[in-house]
Amino acid sequence: MTMWQRLHNPYNDDKVIDACSIFGMMDTSGRRFTGVDVTKAIANMHDRGNGLGGGFAVYGIYPEHKEEYALHLMYLAPGAKEGVESFLESNFFLVHSEPIPTRKAEGIGAAPILWRYFVRVDHHKDSAFASEDDYVVDRVMKINTGIEGAFVFSSGKDMGAFKGVGYPEDVSNFYRLDEYRGYLWTAHGRFPTNTPGWWGGAHPFSILDWTVVHNGEISSYGINRRYLEMFGYHCTMQTDTEVVAYAVDLLVRRHGHPIEVVADILAPTLWSEIEREHPERQDYHRSLRQVYGSLLLNGPFTVIIAHQGEMIGLTDRIRLRPLTAATNGNMLYLSSEESAIRLISPELDRAWIPMGGEPIVGRLKAAPGARKLPEAASVSGN
Amino acid sequence: MKSYLPARFKVERDETRCIMCLACVSQCSYETHYLDEEEGKVMSRDERCVNCHRCVVFCPTRAITIHKNPLEYRDNYNWRAENIEDVIRQAESGGMLLTGMGNDKPYRIYWDHMVLNASQVTNPSIDPLREPMELRTYIGAKPDRLEVDPAIQVVKTKLPPQVPIELPVMFSAMSYGAISLTACETLARAATEMGTLYNTGEGGLHRKLYKYGKNTIVQVASGRFGVHSEYLDAGAMVEIKIGQGAKPGIGGHLPGEKVSAEVSMTRMIPTGTDALSPAPQHDIYSIEDLSQLIFALKEATNYTKPVGVKIAAVHNAAAIASGMVRAGADYIVLDGIRGATGAAPKIIRDNVGIPIEVALAAVDTRLRQEGIRQRASVVIAGGIRNSGDVTKAIALGADAVYIGTAALVAMGCCVCQHCHTGKCPWGIATTDPRLQKRINPEIVSERLANLLRGWSHEIKDMLGGMGINAVESLRGNRLHLRAVGLTETEMKVLGVEQAGA
Repeated sequence: MTMWQRLHNPYNDDKVIDACSIFGMMDTSGRRFTGVDVTKAIANMHDRGNGLGGGFAVYGIYPEHKEEYALHLMYLAPGAKEGVESFLESNFFLVHSEPIPTRKAEGIGAAPILWRYFVRVDHHKDSAFASEDDYVVDRVMKINTGIEGAFVFSSGKDMGAFKGVGYPEDVSNFYRLDEYRGYLWTAHGRFPTNTPGWWGGAHPFSILDWTVVHNGEISSYGINRRYLEMFGYHCTMQTDTEVVAYAVDLLVRRHGHPIEVVADILAPTLWSEIEREHPERQDYHRSLRQVYGSLLLNGPFTVIIAHQGEMIGLTDRIRLRPLTAATNGNMLYLSSEESAIRLISPELDRAWIPMGGEPIVGRLKAAPGARKLPEAASVSGN
Repeated sequence: MKSYLPARFKVERDETRCIMCLACVSQCSYETHYLDEEEGKVMSRDERCVNCHRCVVFCPTRAITIHKNPLEYRDNYNWRAENIEDVIRQAESGGMLLTGMGNDKPYRIYWDHMVLNASQVTNPSIDPLREPMELRTYIGAKPDRLEVDPAIQVVKTKLPPQVPIELPVMFSAMSYGAISLTACETLARAATEMGTLYNTGEGGLHRKLYKYGKNTIVQVASGRFGVHSEYLDAGAMVEIKIGQGAKPGIGGHLPGEKVSAEVSMTRMIPTGTDALSPAPQHDIYSIEDLSQLIFALKEATNYTKPVGVKIAAVHNAAAIASGMVRAGADYIVLDGIRGATGAAPKIIRDNVGIPIEVALAAVDTRLRQEGIRQRASVVIAGGIRNSGDVTKAIALGADAVYIGTAALVAMGCCVCQHCHTGKCPWGIATTDPRLQKRINPEIVSERLANLLRGWSHEIKDMLGGMGINAVESLRGNRLHLRAVGLTETEMKVLGVEQAGA
């Protein structure tokens, strides 16, 4: 058993089961705002968690380090920090490093050592890797599986994940999220049922700038994992959420599918509905199910997936877990409960419950920095 | 030569019930029952009885019961009745002992040592009466990835041919000749009604059955009986038969007596001649030869049909399967040691091959390790008895299962293991024109369709219990299986954890 398994899945269950509250908010105009509102909203769903995990992802927080990968690390064993730092020295160009700022917060127990590094790949990537992203994924997996007691919990550019053991509002206070500004925030309050909870096991789960917060239990986990293993992913954390993150990484980054196609794979159309479609649509939906059937996420789930410039809410196709969407001007909200949205934005243009399997996608209207983004409507899905 | 063989069964007739209608006399094709005119009684020749239950079922007054012959040998763990009688039979015949159906030896049945999961609290079970529940499966090779034009959501990748089945159960290869034409038609009709496929076996396709082509798998075996372009065009898929679970490593033998005019026409061999299938396919002595035959058949069918390869499950099944997939098979079939047959040498049936559960687990694992699992569907056969076995097979990694014996039992078979005699009183394993009329395809196919209907409901209930509403989410999802009473090595091979651990 690795150290992560001991921490994360001490009873060696098939996978770690948890339920929770999730929340996401995005300003599609790119205006950056603090973590105050998102904290209030997730705190409003306090009772959906049990204090064994809370976390946040925020995009657009490191404008001064926009082009560098921001690695957030937690160290739980002596010597881990030295090990990682010498690994980083030889595998990256290290631009800047510092402790992640925290404050003493009620409800937060002993924290691991938390540190962040801004790194560039430069000449370190060899021809074995198709892209810098592939290289970073590989090195992150090397640290997480190879350096005892070190865990990378965020590895994207101009974004960061912050998480720990405690209620999400306390985790926010601990990480001083009121001092950060971002245009997209997601949040999670956790209710694990088979782990005492540890810092790395909280959501969001992330790889590169993809983050996932998730409520539910994926009953197809066993085959989703085995399918992803064929493509070189190692599901070290044994959580549903990790599977979602890797599936999205495979489908979007490596197979080049837009998020709408990804949604049609993860929560596909029923055969009975496909039969009623136009032949061309039939061909599209049928082919997706034939080829990617092993990535169908079965069982109850709601996820909020985010990456630079985009936030996606999705439920399983028969919607066994809640999701409410709302818009107000440039703001898009996604939440387990409408009350959390109303708390921070009493007036809304619109609030609705999306259909099962229907993705709600929010996109930046203007591309931030050099990033290319499709010029689509800011919010799609109905 | 006087036979030393005792009768296996004793026929008991309740004379107070017998009305002398002689139904048993006319029903028994082994001539067990006869009217003793002097005595004015119906009598039985016990030594002829194979315990097929035909007379029992058709006796209008239920006067007949069949018992095991209570005749005992002295207890001896090594020399049990079967061992002694096999020797006697061979001493009297000087030949290989033939038998029918599947291995009846007590090799471990792994299905009975694996249990399925169900949802409680953390995950709602899904009620198939009220929610959609999908069993549709597509047989065929899948690409590693799909190219989609993102702007208009149109698929740019051309997929290899895919054949849908509405439940992951198909009818195993049973040739015309081994079974009757009426039995073939029964399978064809039930497959059509239920949206699945039946398999011609190596006996060719009778003209009468061409209309069921959409639900037909046409087999190409070592004898190439009845294989021609029209035959290949008629089916939905083409299957190359390398081996069969009941008799791995050997060919087939349809005795001349079973080669009637109709069989002769269908198989394209002279009437009354033995139909001998060679042990190997004589144009396949290696894996590269297999690839050539696969592509010859794909060329012949213009790449419109999946071409599969069937092997008996043997020691190196995983490596062989990997080779078959790389050779271009769109689907592969593994037939385990309990797979049945119309006729096989008893010694082969009972001693050669490996159980299908371990073969399936090893093959699925190997194909995944090599990253090629999606390139071929995996179908298994050999002893599937009920929907529980089917569901466990899917969870272990199968796309679909073949059933043979279970289908025949639905048609009347009692697994008496005398298929090789060609005298099947149920009209199944026979080409006798009189006997095969005992099956009316229109009526008997309803029994068969009912069986699949029942299994379909049961599989849906089990899936729903696991919190799954599409069969692809169970396929290869071994976390929904747990082992009971297996060794650590067995669990490792099966990729299944101990229950409760």
